[in-house]
Amino acid sequence: MIDTDVLVIGAGPVGLFCVHQLGIIGLKCEVVDNLDKRGGQCIELYPDKPIFDIPAVPECTGEELTNNLIEQIKPFKTNFHLNDRVEEIKKNNHNWLIKTIKGKEFKASSIIIAGGVGSFEPRKFSVKECEKFEGKEILYSVKDKSIFKDKTVSIFGGGDSALDWTIELSKNSKVQLIHRRDEFRGVQSSVNKVKQLEKQGKVEILTQYQLSSLKGENKIKSMEIKHDDGSIKKIETNYVLGFFGLIMKLGPIANWGLNLDKKNIPVNTENFETNHKGIFAIGDICTYPGKVKLILSGFHEGALAARGCFKYAKPDEKLRFEFSTTSKSIHERLGVKK
Amino acid sequence: MSKITYIETSGKTHVIEVANGLSVMEGAVQNDIPGIDADCGGAMACATCHVYVKEEWLDKLPNKEDGEEDMLDMAYEPSKFSRLSCQLTVSDELEGLVVKLPEKQS
Repeated sequence: MIDTDVLVIGAGPVGLFCVHQLGIIGLKCEVVDNLDKRGGQCIELYPDKPIFDIPAVPECTGEELTNNLIEQIKPFKTNFHLNDRVEEIKKNNHNWLIKTIKGKEFKASSIIIAGGVGSFEPRKFSVKECEKFEGKEILYSVKDKSIFKDKTVSIFGGGDSALDWTIELSKNSKVQLIHRRDEFRGVQSSVNKVKQLEKQGKVEILTQYQLSSLKGENKIKSMEIKHDDGSIKKIETNYVLGFFGLIMKLGPIANWGLNLDKKNIPVNTENFETNHKGIFAIGDICTYPGKVKLILSGFHEGALAARGCFKYAKPDEKLRFEFSTTSKSIHERLGVKK
Repeated sequence: MSKITYIETSGKTHVIEVANGLSVMEGAVQNDIPGIDADCGGAMACATCHVYVKEEWLDKLPNKEDGEEDMLDMAYEPSKFSRLSCQLTVSDELEGLVVKLPEKQS
């Protein structure tokens, strides 16, 4: 059980800056995020796209913004629990007990949800029969590539993941790359490599095809793919890999008894607390009259929510407002040398 | 204002007057039309505002930008009629546009 003042859910830009604001007022926190890296949508959806509306930063990319936020919170040596997701929360006297999907447990006096539009999950095949094979012969990520040795693998998708795995698995497996259109959106060097492998007879490329049906009881027996012109092609395969990018799902947050307005959590605008005392929501996931989904609004919300956590973490102390330019205690927390 | 028709998979039809300048996605979200999620809010980053355009409209719409076709790779059951509704800006030229909504967005 990890004991802390505040558990922050979400390591996107708003969660990261909130860590800073908690640190400045002397509160400890731990951060959990479902992705394998920090930055949230900024890093997952648009790392290279320029952002033009961060105050005092005329232009920066999603990746640069993330890196700068990580740099800014370095002094606080915060623990990040990546690749993990908060599943359960339970009130226990004055604390919240929090459990993750990997079984980690936390005790915190407050929770700040900075969960964006929810956690990222792989997009799945739309064909209903796929469900019973998912996690076995239908996979959306590769954990152990040795299982594909000497097997037939059908890879769906047109981006870098699909191309990279086509190249990698073609070394020891029979690979079919199937994509809904002729153009691939992955980097050109990978596209060239895959086309070269096709010429060498090591990879079969089938374009303008999408999965139409699957047959089999416990194992996939055969698969049918449908061409844009309506014709059907039957394929024998052992494994099917789908790389269609990620989608965002609210996930377990919906089960915690929080008020929800569509996919958003209503909060007050004094400290961004939800209907549960000690649970705050900031950034894209929260809503209130006049809410604007900008990163800068999320920064403001994080600053106020952090201060809202103070009374739960240190009920006997009074929070004094201080400026970072002059406060000795803030300088100490930041490790500023005189 | 231009008249945009949104048809759900059930066949339920919504005819909405959408202000010129808004996107077809915003027209749906602001009028609580189910079936358009628009998770990313119109940044062309998520493919959850995917619609099928009626055939006769296919050539009348502005061409897709590079990123739109890439994003459509990730949509639920894309077809040659697929567009991201966040990329369709309502104007007089779009008066009468009919879009069908996919069974789901993810």
